Amino acid sequence: MKTKFKLGYWNHVNGWLLVLPAVFMISLFTHFPIASNLFHSLFSMGTVTRPATFIGMENYVFLMDDDIFWKVLTNNLIYSMCTVPLSIAMALGMALLINRNIKGRSLVRMSFFTPTVLPMIAVANIWLFFYTPEYGLFDQVFSVFGGDSHNWLGNPDTALYCLIVMVIWKESGFFMVFYLAALQQLSPELKEAGLVEGSGKWYYFRRVTFPLLMPTTLFVTVNAVVNSFKLVDHLVIMTKGGPDNASSLLLYYIYENAFSFWDTSYAATLTVVLVLILAIITIFQFIVVEKRIHYQ
Amino acid sequence: MSTITLKDACKSWGSTQALTNINFKCENGKLLVLLGPSGCGKSTTLRLIAGLDTPTSGIVEIGGRDVSNLPPVKRNISMVFQNYALFPHLSVEENILFGLKARKVPKNEQKKRLENAADLLGLSNLLDRKPAQLSGGQRQRVALGRSIVAQVSVCLMDEPLSNLDAKLRQEMRQEIRALQQRLKMTMIYVTHDQVEAMTIADRIILMKDGVIEQHGTPEDLYNRPATAFTGSFIGNPPMNILTPDIEFMEEFSSMLPPGSTPSYLVGIRPENIVISKKSGLKSSVLAIEYLGADSLLQCQSGEQAITVTVKGKTEISKGDHLKLNWESKHIHLFDGKNGKRIIDSARGVTP
Repeated sequence: MKTKFKLGYWNHVNGWLLVLPAVFMISLFTHFPIASNLFHSLFSMGTVTRPATFIGMENYVFLMDDDIFWKVLTNNLIYSMCTVPLSIAMALGMALLINRNIKGRSLVRMSFFTPTVLPMIAVANIWLFFYTPEYGLFDQVFSVFGGDSHNWLGNPDTALYCLIVMVIWKESGFFMVFYLAALQQLSPELKEAGLVEGSGKWYYFRRVTFPLLMPTTLFVTVNAVVNSFKLVDHLVIMTKGGPDNASSLLLYYIYENAFSFWDTSYAATLTVVLVLILAIITIFQFIVVEKRIHYQ
Repeated sequence: MSTITLKDACKSWGSTQALTNINFKCENGKLLVLLGPSGCGKSTTLRLIAGLDTPTSGIVEIGGRDVSNLPPVKRNISMVFQNYALFPHLSVEENILFGLKARKVPKNEQKKRLENAADLLGLSNLLDRKPAQLSGGQRQRVALGRSIVAQVSVCLMDEPLSNLDAKLRQEMRQEIRALQQRLKMTMIYVTHDQVEAMTIADRIILMKDGVIEQHGTPEDLYNRPATAFTGSFIGNPPMNILTPDIEFMEEFSSMLPPGSTPSYLVGIRPENIVISKKSGLKSSVLAIEYLGADSLLQCQSGEQAITVTVKGKTEISKGDHLKLNWESKHIHLFDGKNGKRIIDSARGVTP
C-alpha cells in the first residue's frame, strides 16, 4: 500500500518536472504579461515627479467615453468583417484553381504565394506607390479611361478600404497554402466515387470537398481573425492611422497611446479589452464551429 | 441490355503501354473476373469501362452503345472501390443516398431504395454511424449498398475484398455472388486472388503485362491453361512447370510427342503427382508443409523445384529420396519459347 502511494507520488513529481520548462516559458511570456497588464490598467499614468497611483476602474470609465476608441473599434470591426471572409474565400478559390493539372501551375502557385514572402514594410511601400495620387498605379490606369486623380489614402472615406484591399491580397496567398495542403490530402478515390455517383462539380464541392476542408477553415479563420486585430506595420508606413483616425485600428491605437503619448496605463486598459475580444471570438469559434467539423 | 464489350482497347501513358488490344465480351447478367498479378492492367481495364480513364484507341460498349468517350455518370454503372471510397464525414445513410440525391431522385423513392438495400445488407441498425465507426466488413457493405441503390444493371468492383481478413473475405465473396445473381447484375470484378476468382466467376480473364493471357470459364483455366503462365497462376499450390532434362526424358519421353525434341515446358499439377515405388523422376525432399487435409512436399530434381501434394500427414521426412510419377493425361505441354499450350490432339492425347 505504502509503495503504491510512493509510486503515484513520484509519478506526479516526474510529470511536473517534465512540463516545468514549458510551464515556465509560457508563464513568463504569456501569463505574467497578461496579469501584469491587468494590474497596470488599474493605475494612473506615472511620471518622474508623480508616481502612478491606484485609481481602480477610472481608466475603464474613461475608455467608455473615448470617442477615438469607439471609432477605432468600429474601424477594426469593418476591417475584420471584410478581410476575414474575403481573404479566406479567395484563398479557397485559388487553392481549388491550382490543385488541378493546368499549364504553368508552378508559376501560378509561386505568384499566389509571393505576397506572403515579401517583407511587410516592402509590401506597404509598394502599395503606397499604387495608391499615390496622379502618378500611382491606380491613378495612371484610371487616367487612361479618363478618370480623375484620387487621393486614395488621404480621403477618410477610402483610406480604410485601401488597407483592406492590400491585406486581402497579402493574406489570401498565405491561407491558400493551407487549403492546398488539405486538398492534396483528399483521396482521389473519393473524387472518382463522386464522378461515378453522378455528382456535379458544385454538388461535390458542397457535399464533400468543403466539409472535409472544415478543419483547415477553422484554423485559417482563427488566424485571420487574430491577424485582423494585430495589424500595425502597414499602418505605420501607409497612413499612420489617418486621416482623422479614419484608418486607425485597435492595436495601432494602443501603440500610439503607449509609445507616442506615453500613456502606458491607458494602453494597458485598451490591451485588456483587445485580449478579451480575441478570447471571446476564439472560444466561440472553437466551441460552436468545432461541433460541426469532421476530423479524419 | 447491359452486355459489356471491349474492342481493340488500348491504353498508354506517354511511352508506357498499359493495355494492348483488349477484346472481350461480358454477357448480360454474368460475373466476369479480371485476374492477374499487380501491374497487369486489370484495374486500368476496369477504369476504361467505368469512364474514369478513356482508351487511347479502341471502343468500349455497354449494352450495345459506344460509351468510349462518355463520362462515368452517363454510362449507367455503379462501382465499388478498393478502399470503399466512403465519404468520411457522412453517415451510412447519407453515403448510400449520395448518388440518388445528386441525381435528384424523389424523396420517397430514395427512402424505399435505402430500406431495401439496408435490409438486404443487414445495415438497418447502422444507418446513423460514420464510416470510422464501422468494421471493414460493414464498410464494404455500405459501399455495396451505394451501388445497389443506384439500380443500374452494371456493377464494377475494384479489388473489393483486399482489405478484409481471410475469413471475412470468404463470407463476403459468397454474399457478393449471391447478390449479383439475385439482382441479375452484370458484374466485372477485379482481383489478384485466384481463389476468389475461381469461386465466384462465371468467366475469368487472366491478364499479364497488359494483354489477355486467357479468357474462359474457371474450369477452362484450370483444366486447359492456354499458357504456362496461366498454369502457374491458377491453382493452389500452383502448377509445376518443368523443363525436360536428360533424367526427365529417360522416364517420360513416351509421354511427349514422338520424334521430336524441341524445347518444351511440361506442366504438371502437384495434386496429380504420385509417389511411386517402382519408377519415376528421382528427387529429394527439401521441406514439408503440413496444411491439415494435405501436406505439401517441396522436392528438388536436378536443378528443378517440384511441389507435390499428398493426403493428410505424411510419413515422408526431409531429405528422403522419392520417385515421382504421373499419368500421361495429366501432363500439360507448353511451347518452350512463347509458353503457349500445345494442343492436346497434336500430341495424340484426348483430354
